[in-house]
Amino acid sequence: MQLFELSFVAAVLLAATPILYAALAGALSAQAGVFNIALEGQMLWGAFAAVAGSYYTGSAWGGVLVALLSTALFAVILAVGSARWKADPIIIAIGTNLLALGLTGFLMRVLFDVSGSFSPRGLQGLPKMAFLADVPVIGPIFAGQTVLVPLAFVVIVAAGLWLKRTPAGLRLRGVGEHPDAATALGVNVASYQTWTTIVGGALCGVAGAQLALGNVTVFTENMTAGRGWIAVAAVMLVAGRPFWLPVACLGFGAAEALGFRLQGIGAPQQLTDAAPYAITLVVLVLTRIGFARRNRSRTLIDS
Amino acid sequence: MSTTTPPDAPSTPPAAPAGATPAPRPAARILNTALRHPAVVPIGAVVVALLIGAAIMLAAGLDPIVAYTAVVSGALEPGTLDYTFSVWGFICGMALAAAIPLRMGEFNLGGNGQLVLGGLTAALIAGYAPLPGPIVIPLAVIGAAVVSGAFGALSAPLATRFGIPIIISTLLLSPVAVAIVSYLVRFQIGEAGSAVAQTPRLPEGARMWALGDFSYSNVGLLVIIAMMIVFWVVDSRSAVGYELRVVGANRRFGAYGGVRVGRLALGAMAAAGAAAGVVGAIIVMSSPYRLIDGALISPGYTFAGVAAALLAGGRPLLVPVTAILFTVLQVGGAAMERSADVPRQLSDVLQGVVIVVLALRVVLDQRRSERSSA
Repeated sequence: MQLFELSFVAAVLLAATPILYAALAGALSAQAGVFNIALEGQMLWGAFAAVAGSYYTGSAWGGVLVALLSTALFAVILAVGSARWKADPIIIAIGTNLLALGLTGFLMRVLFDVSGSFSPRGLQGLPKMAFLADVPVIGPIFAGQTVLVPLAFVVIVAAGLWLKRTPAGLRLRGVGEHPDAATALGVNVASYQTWTTIVGGALCGVAGAQLALGNVTVFTENMTAGRGWIAVAAVMLVAGRPFWLPVACLGFGAAEALGFRLQGIGAPQQLTDAAPYAITLVVLVLTRIGFARRNRSRTLIDS
Repeated sequence: MSTTTPPDAPSTPPAAPAGATPAPRPAARILNTALRHPAVVPIGAVVVALLIGAAIMLAAGLDPIVAYTAVVSGALEPGTLDYTFSVWGFICGMALAAAIPLRMGEFNLGGNGQLVLGGLTAALIAGYAPLPGPIVIPLAVIGAAVVSGAFGALSAPLATRFGIPIIISTLLLSPVAVAIVSYLVRFQIGEAGSAVAQTPRLPEGARMWALGDFSYSNVGLLVIIAMMIVFWVVDSRSAVGYELRVVGANRRFGAYGGVRVGRLALGAMAAAGAAAGVVGAIIVMSSPYRLIDGALISPGYTFAGVAAALLAGGRPLLVPVTAILFTVLQVGGAAMERSADVPRQLSDVLQGVVIVVLALRVVLDQRRSERSSA
């Protein structure tokens, strides 16, 4: 019985980790005052780049590096477009999300001559922490996971502390809170927003790498399947505060893992697939029940 | 959320700097005026996107000229023109679903859910209501519009009461609707013993009326054209259309001027959902006359429609024109894959590039204003 419960914890962590990395990217952007809804496309690009990188370099960590760097590069479109050129970040994000979907499918056909999914023989996935297998409690949870899973929590705590406790973090929050005041204090707003968005791209690259080389070892067309949007919802849920992200993302991870369990006992896949979205929306609504009284019609008027 | 300004406000002509600099030569002035024409931005975006697409193909060792020729000839050859027309209608309908909220600066990205709910409603009404054709066909279309309209309208109170942006709520609601419809078709109302998850064929009397000798396009195409005309009239001639555009241009000003933004959003989202629902109904009531699991969303009409609406800036008269571009890409993409061996996904790449280039057009505006103020 205990084994069953621990394996469920492991499944929750596995489902939550890619969303955690992407949501951290979104939270940092939110703190810098950029509404970043490009997470879905960036994560998808990261997943493709990770698999392609692992295939060409023969090493899973090579794949992670390729994903991290190329997704950061992909995020430059949004970063420079919205922060420096003041273009609408929502329209750019809609465009880059479509671009990522098309480009990954296109490149899969052109480079590897397959469509649908790509998992060549000998494709290196990320190593699991099998050395933990004999440790009680920790073993059953983490032995089957990649090191990127615990690292996600470390990165989130580090980012949260950086935002809270360092001068640069304070300036970043100031940029998001009141750009004019930040400018008056000599902070380069555009530069902070640009680099935050690019770092967010790198995080989404890691999210994609964990998805394609950690959770599974394959790239499938549109394999992110809305996880980037759940990450956006998670950012809204915690109002961009990184320390709360694990709570939100583990909740979504639990919804997904529970869906798999229910499928195992015969629940139709269509309904369990919809569960994370429905639960996300319900949770968003529940956390904002007092919203109307506090800020009547604010989103529609002040946005 | 930031708002998009519909770019139809004519930009003020450059004030000639009083005697400080010599007046530009006539040729330069004509060029300058020509560059300010409202058609420059969308056409420029398309040209840049096609060039980027060509660069991608060259990098991949493919011949862009052969590919683009195959796209155009594949979409416009006489044999497929009938099919191209019907796809243009569907993309126009989904472009309406995106353009109506876009007019007030909101994004409806939940077209897929609204589309399948409309399809489901039409399949149920047309398939099971024991009524004569002239009653059941309009009833199915109206029913689809009502159900999808109500579903689309859900996003408005979510924004006003709970502060969830429409772009997020439409995106989260859509997969739920898609999953529920998929479940119903697979397990509840599907044809027994069929290998594919699909409803039984609609009875003869409940199929959309044919249009002359066309085999794909039918009266549904006229319904979609009528919806576009209604949108154009409401947008340009009615108080509601004016409010939509005012709120789209400046939301605070609209609210200050007495526009009830929440109610306007409710109406816009209901109309958007209804437009998508009608498209779903027409697809189900056209050949092969049934609701097939996944068949409504897999052609990608929703995001082709979003792209067409964005490229048109939501303007009613431009939507059918920009929809032509994405129709040609969509229909010709398959031909390109067959005859030029270029993967069909290039169409999606071009859609994405067009939108990105369009969003970055502000750079052009900025450079211009810097130059004129210098």
